[in-house]
Amino acid sequence: MAINKTPRQEIPARNPEERNKDFKEVSLGFTEEQAVLEAQRCIACKKKPCCNGCPVEIDIPEFIKLVAKKDYKGAIQKIKEKNNLPAICGRVCPQETQCEALCTLIAKGQPVAIGALERFVADREAEHPGSKEPPVIKEKKDIKVAVVGAGPAGLTAAADLARYGYKVTLFESLSASGGVLRYGIPEFRLPKAILDRETEYIKSLGVEIKYNILIGRTFSIADLFKDGYKAIFLGTGAGLPYFLGIPGENLNGVYSANEFLTRVNLMHAYEFPKYKTPVKIGERVAVVGAGNTAMDCVRVAKRLGAKDAIIVYRRSEAEAPARRAELEHAKEERIEFRFLTAPIKIEGNEKGEVKSMTCLKMELGEPDASGRRRPVPIKGSEYEMPVDTVIIAVGQGPNPLIAHTTKELAVDEKSGELKIDENCMTSIKGIFAGGDITTGEGTVIAAMGAGKKAAAAIDKFLKKK
Amino acid sequence: MHKIAEKKQLADTITLMKVEAPMVVREAKPGQFVVVRLDEFAERIPLTICDADKARGTVTLIIQQLGRSTKDLCALKAGDQIRDILGPLGNPTEIEKFGTVVIIGGGVGAAELYTAAKALKEKGNKVITIIGARNKSLIILEDEFKPIADEVLITTDDGSYGIKGFVTDALKKVISEQKVDRVICCGPIPMMKAVTMTAKPHNIPAIVSLNAILLDATGMCGSCRCTIEGKTKFSCVDGPEFDGYKVDFDELMARNKRFLDEERRALEV
Repeated sequence: MAINKTPRQEIPARNPEERNKDFKEVSLGFTEEQAVLEAQRCIACKKKPCCNGCPVEIDIPEFIKLVAKKDYKGAIQKIKEKNNLPAICGRVCPQETQCEALCTLIAKGQPVAIGALERFVADREAEHPGSKEPPVIKEKKDIKVAVVGAGPAGLTAAADLARYGYKVTLFESLSASGGVLRYGIPEFRLPKAILDRETEYIKSLGVEIKYNILIGRTFSIADLFKDGYKAIFLGTGAGLPYFLGIPGENLNGVYSANEFLTRVNLMHAYEFPKYKTPVKIGERVAVVGAGNTAMDCVRVAKRLGAKDAIIVYRRSEAEAPARRAELEHAKEERIEFRFLTAPIKIEGNEKGEVKSMTCLKMELGEPDASGRRRPVPIKGSEYEMPVDTVIIAVGQGPNPLIAHTTKELAVDEKSGELKIDENCMTSIKGIFAGGDITTGEGTVIAAMGAGKKAAAAIDKFLKKK
Repeated sequence: MHKIAEKKQLADTITLMKVEAPMVVREAKPGQFVVVRLDEFAERIPLTICDADKARGTVTLIIQQLGRSTKDLCALKAGDQIRDILGPLGNPTEIEKFGTVVIIGGGVGAAELYTAAKALKEKGNKVITIIGARNKSLIILEDEFKPIADEVLITTDDGSYGIKGFVTDALKKVISEQKVDRVICCGPIPMMKAVTMTAKPHNIPAIVSLNAILLDATGMCGSCRCTIEGKTKFSCVDGPEFDGYKVDFDELMARNKRFLDEERRALEV
C-alpha cells in the first residue's frame, strides 16, 4: 500500500506570550478537517503495533478508520469499549512513548497523532450531546463492591465493575473526583470541566461516588466488609511527596509540588481571594525536577506572576522524564532551564524565608540502575542562585495511610508499595489494588490499565464465590 | 452537606457548634480532628473534634475567629449547612493508665483535650487540668472540665480570673506539690514550647498537639511538615500529637506565619 504523503497535522496551541498569563487550555486540539486528514494518514497496517502500546487496549486503527469516515459517533463508541476517560487520555497520555512510539509510520516519518485524534472524538461527542449512546451494562447483580480513590485507577476500575453489573461505591477523600488529575494537573493542560464531564459519564454507568471519606480513618477496611462490600479495590495512588533531604527544605517558600499544585488546582488559589486558599509566589522561582509535574509547577509559577521561573535538573535534557510536548510548551512560555544542576542547600533570611539556593554543576558519568547516565558533581562548581520560592518536584511514593491503618496488608518494605499477586489481589482476600499504590509513580494510562485489569480480576473472584 | 444542629457563643471570638456528621462520629477518638470546608470557595480548615455524640451523629467543634475562613464559619447559624467535613483524621491520643496526668489547654486549645481528659479519667488516671488564656472572657470549658478532672486550675495573663500568670506557673506549682507522670498540652506554639521546657527538668513526658498549616490532611501535600528529632514529619498523618522534647518549635512558629499577608488580604474582601 502506498504511504499517504500528507504530513502529520500540527496540533494548534495558543500564543505562548498570551497563554503564559492565564490558566485557559494551551492546546486547542484538532479541527474537524485536521482530524479527518490525520486519520487518513493511518495505513491500517495488519499487525496494529499501536495497540500493544496502549495499556487499556483501545482498538486504535479501528477508531481511526471511523474518524476518517467522519463516523465520530462510531469512533467514540469504539474507544469507550475500552477507555472510560478518552478526553483525559487524549490530553495527558504520553503517547510518544506508548501507542505512537510503535506506529508503523515512524519508519517513514512521523507517527499518526493518535492522542490528538482521541481527544478530538471525545470533545466532539461532548459538543454534540445528541450523538451520545447509553452505555451498555451487563445484567445488574445485587453485589456491592467498594473502590477507594477516585483517581485514574479507581475511576476506571469503578466504571468497568459497573459495566460488569456490580453495585459500585467509589470513596474519595477529597471533595471532588480525579485524584492527581484534579489536584496535580493544571487547568491549562486538563480543564476541570473535562474532568467533571468524564466523572458524570462514570456516574451514568451507575457508580455512586462518596466524597470526603478517607478509608483507613473515616471507615476502616473492616468496616467496608461489615457494611456488605464483597470486594474492595484500592487505588489510592502515589501521594507521598519526596523531598531532597538537603538543609533548608522546611524554610518558608519551599513547597512540595503536591502542596503547590493542590493549592492552585484543587483549591483554586490562582483565583485568590475569590477562593480563600492562598499561594505565595516570589519573583524568582526554582522548580527542582524535570518530569511532567515539574513542568506543571514551573508553568503555573510563571502564570502566577513569577518573573523568572526556572527548572533545575541534575541530568541533561535528554534524560528529562517529562513529555516532549510539555518541555516544548514550557520553553515557548519563557521558562528557563538549568540542566546538569543539583541543589545542595537552601538558605533563608532572618524571618525563615527562602533567599537563595546553592547548586553544584554536574556532568554525566556511567549509566546507573535506571539506564540513564549518572550525574556526577563537578568539583569546585558550587554557586549560589538567588531565589525566593523553591518547589520540589522529584517524585512521590505510595500513600502510606491505608497500609498504616490496616496492619494485615503486605507492603514492600523498601518502596512502601502494596504487594499484589498475579490476580491484582493484596495479601487480604477480597482486597485488590492497582495503579501507583502498587507500582510507584506512573502514568495516568498505566494506572487506568491496572484499574481495568483489577476490575476483571474482581469479576472473576466474585463469580467464583 | 452537614447541618449545624446547635450553636453557642463561648466568648467574643470563640464559637461552639454541634454539627451533623454521622460518618465522622462512627470512628472518632480523642485527639483526632476534622477538615471543614464551608463552601466551594472556602479554605480547608482543621478543627479538633471536641466531642462526638454517637446517638445524635453530631460532632462538637470549637472555632476561634482568626482569619477569613474561621470568621465566615463563626457567622453561620444553627440550621445552616457546612459543605464538607472530612474525618476523623490524625492519630488518636494515647490513652493509658499513666498515673497523674496534667492536661493543659491554652485558649481554644482546651477544646482539643476535653475528650482525652474524659478518656484518661475513665482509664483511672488522676487528671489535673490547667486552662489558660489572656483574660477571663477567653476561658472556655471550665464547667465541662470540672466534673471530669480531679482539679481544674485557671490562669489568666492579666489576672482577671484564677491565677495571674501563665499556664507554666500553674504547672510549676503542681509539679512542686506532687508527682506528675505525663503532661499533655495544646495551645499556641510558644505556650507548648514553654510547657515542654517546664516539664523537661523533671523528666516528665510532655505531649503536644501541633497546629501546623494543613491542606489535604491525608499526607499528600506536605504543607504541615515539621521537624521532629531532626526528621521531617507530616503533622496530619504522623501527628497531630508529638513528644514535645523532640519538636522544633521555632521552625513551626516561622512556618505558621508564612501566609500572614495573604490572610490579611482575605480579611479585607
